[in-house]
Amino acid sequence: MTEKKHAVAIEVNGMAFQAEVPARLTLVDFLRDEARLTGTHVGCEHGICGACSVLFDSLPVRACLMFAWQAHGHKVTTVEGLANPDGSPSPLQDSFCETHALQCGYCTPGMIVAAHALLEENRSPSEADVREAIAGNLCRCTGYQQIVDAVQLAARRLGETR
Amino acid sequence: MSAAAGTGFRYIGKKRRAKEHPRFTAGHGRFVADIALPQMKHVALVTSPYACARIARIDAAKAHAVRGCIYVLTGKELCAAVDPLLVGVDAPLVKRFPLANGVARYAGEWVVAVVADSRAAAEDAAEKVEIEYQPLPYNVDPEKALDAAAPLVHPEHGSNLLYQREFVWGPVAEDFARAAQRLSFRARWHRSATVPIETFGVLAKWDAGRGILDVWASIQMPKFPDQTARALRLPGSAVRVHFDVDVGGSYGVKRGIKHAVLVGYLAKKLGFPVRLIEDRLENMRGGDMHGPDRIFDLEVAFDADATIRSLKIRALDDVGAYAGRAPLQLGKPVGAIVGPYRIGSVAYEPICVLTNKTAQEAVRGFGQSPTNFALETALDRVARHLGLDRVEVRRRNLIRKHEFPYLIPSGTTYDSGDYHAVLDKALAAAGYAELVATRDAARAAGKLAGIGISTCLEPSGGNSAFEPLFNPKNETTTWMDSCLVRVDLSGSITGVMNTSSAGQAHETLVATCVGEILERDPASIRVVRADSLVALPSNSPVGSRMAIMLGGAAAGAARKVRARLIAIAAHQFECSVEDIEYRDGDASLKGAPSRRLSWDQLVEIAHRKFHLLPPGIEPGLQEKFVWQVPTGGMLPTPEGRIQMYPCTSFEAHLVYVEIDRDTGRPSLQRYVCGHDCGVMINPDVVHGMTYGGIAHGIGAALYERFAYSDTGQLQSQTFMDYLMPSAIEVPALRIVDHCTPSPLTTFGQKGSGEAGYLGAPAAIASAVNDALAPLGAAIDELPMTPHDIWKQIKKKLR
Repeated sequence: MTEKKHAVAIEVNGMAFQAEVPARLTLVDFLRDEARLTGTHVGCEHGICGACSVLFDSLPVRACLMFAWQAHGHKVTTVEGLANPDGSPSPLQDSFCETHALQCGYCTPGMIVAAHALLEENRSPSEADVREAIAGNLCRCTGYQQIVDAVQLAARRLGETR
Repeated sequence: MSAAAGTGFRYIGKKRRAKEHPRFTAGHGRFVADIALPQMKHVALVTSPYACARIARIDAAKAHAVRGCIYVLTGKELCAAVDPLLVGVDAPLVKRFPLANGVARYAGEWVVAVVADSRAAAEDAAEKVEIEYQPLPYNVDPEKALDAAAPLVHPEHGSNLLYQREFVWGPVAEDFARAAQRLSFRARWHRSATVPIETFGVLAKWDAGRGILDVWASIQMPKFPDQTARALRLPGSAVRVHFDVDVGGSYGVKRGIKHAVLVGYLAKKLGFPVRLIEDRLENMRGGDMHGPDRIFDLEVAFDADATIRSLKIRALDDVGAYAGRAPLQLGKPVGAIVGPYRIGSVAYEPICVLTNKTAQEAVRGFGQSPTNFALETALDRVARHLGLDRVEVRRRNLIRKHEFPYLIPSGTTYDSGDYHAVLDKALAAAGYAELVATRDAARAAGKLAGIGISTCLEPSGGNSAFEPLFNPKNETTTWMDSCLVRVDLSGSITGVMNTSSAGQAHETLVATCVGEILERDPASIRVVRADSLVALPSNSPVGSRMAIMLGGAAAGAARKVRARLIAIAAHQFECSVEDIEYRDGDASLKGAPSRRLSWDQLVEIAHRKFHLLPPGIEPGLQEKFVWQVPTGGMLPTPEGRIQMYPCTSFEAHLVYVEIDRDTGRPSLQRYVCGHDCGVMINPDVVHGMTYGGIAHGIGAALYERFAYSDTGQLQSQTFMDYLMPSAIEVPALRIVDHCTPSPLTTFGQKGSGEAGYLGAPAAIASAVNDALAPLGAAIDELPMTPHDIWKQIKKKLR
């Protein structure tokens, strides 16, 4: 039996993607396998670890819990789309490098997406705000300390330029 | 050592961004699941639903009918075509294959592998495989598994006892007889693991024209290429493992031999590249990555002043249904069996028991953290018994600074340390007196509050001396690591390492050590990874070894390059090498700075001007260095005394906890770790690992458990059941550094990859028990989940 496919048009990182996808294809598999954007990672596939976090329009979502067709007509931003327009690291990405907020790098894209969403809403988050914002993203390397430091550093840097 | 007390370095110990970070923060890491080859096929697994069952019949007809299904592989076919995987102890009849061989021995064991055009199609087809099982009796309880009447996990082996030995080091009987007091207790460390966010994955491609199996894998496994080749009955030179694969966390568990043999066999058989990326369920129950699962029975002999004279430790470990290196996790703690304490004699009885559970694998610390928990529980119990302060009991027993190098009864010499100074720093940073006042005030207000303390060792410089200790047929006495440093014609430096990494910033490590020796900016130094066919020997990043072993090898190779540059300069200036001053890569005649050859000039001579090279020096500019583990090389004595690892790092943890009486939920409100791992190559990296180790320890202490039902079913198969701490459960962490350089290593460094995890579980248990003490309650099991704590509170307040 051939699996029925559905046409989807999704704007990913400002680029239009059109594809015929099976109804059961998850958004994360679409991003990784169809759009070949492998920065978004698969961790648990049941919505707990947050490694697959992307921005859906502007809200962070778990791309393992959405189907690709649900993103039809929407804008999706992955970690690859968070760099500065010239491709250089954003202040948040650079802050992650500065405070050593990552080790293996696997949870990092999801963490950066979650932290980016926080900083869009709250320009001077407290430590508790940061912890709350990344509480849905598991990291096994860092103990979160240097991630919290990175997000607060990025907030300070953004505050200086805004 | 090139500099005393960790000072005087140019790059080492300084703030430096990791070379690895830009690719990961940009989303440009290259993990195994990111590698896609043309015509690549995908594997899904059919697993056993029974704790133990004979596989009576497999019918794959309906699976084959699924569109996209390429192949259905059974254990019968695979096990006839490959050799069993290596067992770490001498138990050749405990045969382990990637797929169950006639009998499935744990729930979740892989029985059939289905290959299809896509992972989705492979899963569809896997659902259609019909397997008829005949359930067999099984063991869940490791102590009952030793009963004569217990069903055998491997009948051919003849027993469920995989390994047992009674070591006696020093006058244990006499010390027990002489000691004023004795205590005995049981401590339980339940099964948990490191559970990286990336599951295990492997991709293999058989290149028939060349006769080479190319392998890309998410691994942290010593001798992975050799073991994979051996099981596949291929020459070592026919398996090429690509180490330039980013590994999404491991902390010990990503061994992956069975995965690689399975996929390697399929790739060779089918002629397509084949990939297996475990889904979380395959990973949790059949990925063979559970950690130690131990019952400790301890006896302590001590005097009225709390001086501990002797220990008897019986450690029974439930290793699960198969064994690789995991049983050796009872061997490594031999090298720190008395912890940081002056304990004159020890009896140690490690026992490995087979049960019908997922096979164990190495977990951060290779068995040391559970042992540290048992030792620290003993210290706390002695303090409680004598009515003494827990800090004071530790102070009295800690090895003194002037006693190093210190030989412990089991034959390992601790290289250096200043345990009292680190403890004092941690106490000061935590504000211990104030913390006690805070706790007492909280108690007076009716709260459950406690302070936890632990003082623990991290053996480092990973040797493999436990192999010959636990298996006399294994005479491994080297666990070397290597580095190649090359300088190209443009003058650029490249360091070549020979293993993959899982977040330990090894590229930064190599660049920093090479830069330090060659006096060139580490930012300008490229670091790449060889594949296994061109690699120098490496034993991978296990046992907190790479700062010492890879750092030492990189420095060693760089020193040879430097010596060669100096020789070239001396030849031009017609002087001896001692008369050359090397600075920033340039070489000049001492006392005559105008007679100087720049880095570029020296490099050009090496690469182009044979006529200017001193006799006997080969052209080009590259050097390799293969380093034996310092202090390694000896087999154990007949009594089982052995120098285990060369270096010992030390950590002192202090934690303050308040527990919600109504829910049992513990809240960690202050956390300080005093840490001494000698000279830190990169402080951010060391601190990061330590923070992460503490967080992992919080998980092991309070939340994480692979629980099995009485029917042998794994009950924590998802992240809804296996709870890992988030940024809410992990508090702000503070690390206080101390530096006692190791006399054995290149720069005075010790290892730190397991830091934090080796002391955090013990400290948190200590804190919870301090909080429960006013109720007269105590828990000697980890994890002590909020529910466990709540049950204790209910029981005592009833």
